[in-house]
Amino acid sequence: MSNKSDQPSVERRQFIGGTLAAAGALTLAPGVILHAAGSADKTTSGASGEHRWGMLIDANKCADGCSACVDACNSEHGLTDLGRPETDAVWIRPVKLKDKQTGHVDRLVMMCQHCEHPPCVDVCPTNASFKRIDGVVLVDRHRCIGCRYCMMACPYKARSFVHEALSEQSVAAPRGKGCVEGCTLCVHRIDAGEMQTACQEACTREGHNAIVFGDMKDPDSEISRILKSHNSVQIRADLELNTGVRYLNL
Amino acid sequence: MRSSLISNRLLMILLAVLSFAAMQAFAESRYVTENSQAASMESCVAPTDLMRRNHMDFLQHGRDDTVRDGVRGLKYSLAECIDCHASRDAKGQAVSVTAEGEFCQACHGYVAVSPACFQCHRTTPDESGSGKSLGYRLDGHSRALDMQQPAGR
Repeated sequence: MSNKSDQPSVERRQFIGGTLAAAGALTLAPGVILHAAGSADKTTSGASGEHRWGMLIDANKCADGCSACVDACNSEHGLTDLGRPETDAVWIRPVKLKDKQTGHVDRLVMMCQHCEHPPCVDVCPTNASFKRIDGVVLVDRHRCIGCRYCMMACPYKARSFVHEALSEQSVAAPRGKGCVEGCTLCVHRIDAGEMQTACQEACTREGHNAIVFGDMKDPDSEISRILKSHNSVQIRADLELNTGVRYLNL
Repeated sequence: MRSSLISNRLLMILLAVLSFAAMQAFAESRYVTENSQAASMESCVAPTDLMRRNHMDFLQHGRDDTVRDGVRGLKYSLAECIDCHASRDAKGQAVSVTAEGEFCQACHGYVAVSPACFQCHRTTPDESGSGKSLGYRLDGHSRALDMQQPAGR
């Protein structure tokens, strides 16, 4: 794995150390050899192109004054409110749209739309902004230089920039100053096989059921069945980004 | 003449015994902080020498697999380093691994490197439970690891 030729090999060190230790052990417990007791291999196989994770939001069911999904997202990912709304990170935000002519108000939540053709990925100079094979659009903070091109390219204003040094981040969402971030579709849950995002969980718990999360490639999933039977829309469908987040009754 | 020969021999034996003891102590010396989970374990997820030299490569390799390909529960995990190596103070509170004299800082300070890991990654075990669904091995890796790897591995 590594090629650090300026240093003596680890094997040599181990041999010397091991020989000494073995000589010591021999006198104490001859014939006793310790074997590795099969440590369970918990490595997951990772994201698969057989899925495309998506979300469906029913604008009719999104309740006025409710912020359960936002709170759940904040606590899941350790997004702390620093009392500076201009710079605080927001991964999901409630939006109200009022038709001035009729007075009709639409409520919905806006977050990263997990586009099939994400503009943020197109513009990223370091390949930090990327789309996983299962359709989740993420920021690789190991590569992000904080240039914020993606924030400007995103038609949905879905990304935030971390302006301040952080500590005590969630282990589910390592994040830090100088990087851009956004909704991850709770990718840590997906990878763990839990098919429910934090926002959906909270919305269901509140009894609104406005958010459905699932696999858009699986014809039997709830999201696929609703998308087939109902007329859903993509926001800014004219951009032909083929978003992974769709809306009902908008 | 005869007595000096004996004393020379005795001296040689004494030296041999002493140096053997010293080398053995060196070979088995521990580099963990007290009151951490790691202090109660026989070795890290790989032999100590290997980890000491190559942990940064292991972590750097694994991070791309995890972030970009969604592969979780890898053998080498920074979250697990911290869960295991963070020590606890008298009140049982976890101490940051980057605090003065703690596991990560002590060595990184000595060799004058400042890795950027902890700009984003937390430096204490996450006890809020948000990582429980991650497939991370929060219970620590198996305690029945090799005490001695056979030579050549």
